[in-house]
Amino acid sequence: MEFVDNFWFQLVLKLAGILGVVLTGALVVIYAELKIGSHMQTRIGPYYAGGRWGWAQPLADGLKFLQKEDLSPTGSDRTVYGFAPYVVMMATIAVFVVVPFGPDMVGANLDLGAFYLLAISSLSVLGVLMAGWSSANKYSLIGGLRAAAQLIAYELPLVLAVVAVVIQAGTMSLNGIVDAQQQTWFTIGSFNISAPFIIQGQILGFAIFMIAAVAELSRIPFDMPIAESELTMGYLTEYSGIRFTMFFLGEYASMISLSAIAATLYLGGYAVPGVHGNIVNLLGPGVLLTKVAILVFVIIWIRWTWPRLREDQLQTLAWTWLIPLALLNIAIVSIFKVVF
Amino acid sequence: MELSDYLPIALMTLLGIGFAVASILVSKLLAPSNPTPEKLAPYECGIVPLQDPVERFPVKFYLVAMLFVIFDVEIIFLFVWAVSYKEFGWAGLGAVVVFMLMLIETLAYVWKRGALEWNVARRQRYRRIVAEGHLEEAA
Repeated sequence: MEFVDNFWFQLVLKLAGILGVVLTGALVVIYAELKIGSHMQTRIGPYYAGGRWGWAQPLADGLKFLQKEDLSPTGSDRTVYGFAPYVVMMATIAVFVVVPFGPDMVGANLDLGAFYLLAISSLSVLGVLMAGWSSANKYSLIGGLRAAAQLIAYELPLVLAVVAVVIQAGTMSLNGIVDAQQQTWFTIGSFNISAPFIIQGQILGFAIFMIAAVAELSRIPFDMPIAESELTMGYLTEYSGIRFTMFFLGEYASMISLSAIAATLYLGGYAVPGVHGNIVNLLGPGVLLTKVAILVFVIIWIRWTWPRLREDQLQTLAWTWLIPLALLNIAIVSIFKVVF
Repeated sequence: MELSDYLPIALMTLLGIGFAVASILVSKLLAPSNPTPEKLAPYECGIVPLQDPVERFPVKFYLVAMLFVIFDVEIIFLFVWAVSYKEFGWAGLGAVVVFMLMLIETLAYVWKRGALEWNVARRQRYRRIVAEGHLEEAA
């Protein structure tokens, strides 16, 4: 079994595993959204495809999309139009390279992990703007502009919330951040108490991060870029077939990626309390995915219960509430960190 | 930290491109291609579009983008301090507080000048109504 220890073999296996988990995870989340949404709003939801619970609905949808005609409207910039969905998809997939599923179960343990995450995840703005601009459609253009303005406005509180975590952990490596949450926080008698950052005074940061994350996903209550009642489908209006599927999959994959980031930064990531050594590599993915599932459920829950914000309310929330609060959060965390 | 640490990212990009190319090929095989002028027309709820999409859009979007650039560049400097606050101690915290105050001052200035207000027309109408003393009638 010499080839198992081969560096290249392990790397490709890990990355293919991550890609597989992300894509099947996106399908699972699509199904969860259909089911949870229908339960919350007393609708029927999927129940034909695949048998009793309609579990094959996302697969059937995917197959249907593959067989649909891929149109690019007259007057559109074909190269940019065709390329845009893949920019969004790539930006989402590339995020997962640094998300640790276990001490060794990570694509790349970068020293600049948190920085890389923020840089790559904001690349999807580019894809959205490309889609809106190149479609030669009024709805698409306005939707693209709104999306760009929204994504960059909520990027700031997101980044500021992460700065506070980096200060607390003292490192930008995501593995380092998970380790920092296993360090002894304080001791009672002979017990060493450790806690994830959300308990160690980052509750405000976590709230800011999650609100900004929902806005980054352009989901209700922050879905002005898509706002069906006024913009048809926003920057997605002209897309059909496989390219629409890419946007669709990308949206749900980035739901998973943002939840995974939040779980790693605030909820302790893959760590299992009191368990150390090689076994964590085995348990880690399950632990992380459980936390991701809980956060994804909350995001779906918000979508099916809240009304939509107006464009000006949305911008005001980011600039006059979240950014000052995030700065306050940094101040509190850094003062505590330097004093103690 | 070496450049080879970034190898997985390059490899993941390749895998992603492979996935994209494969999906396009499958779609090419399965999907019909039968474009007609009506199908290719920009979607406008059934109305024939008379002109190109708007060349002019609200300047607010531009303003938000400018503000973002200013703030984002300033925030990047915070990361440098965030990973090494231990070495800098109180002196570092003092320096960062001064820096943050400048950031907050920028925000306060922009806020005061009304760059963050999106419903300017509605505000102005409201102020006019108040100034003319017709508030009770309007309400």
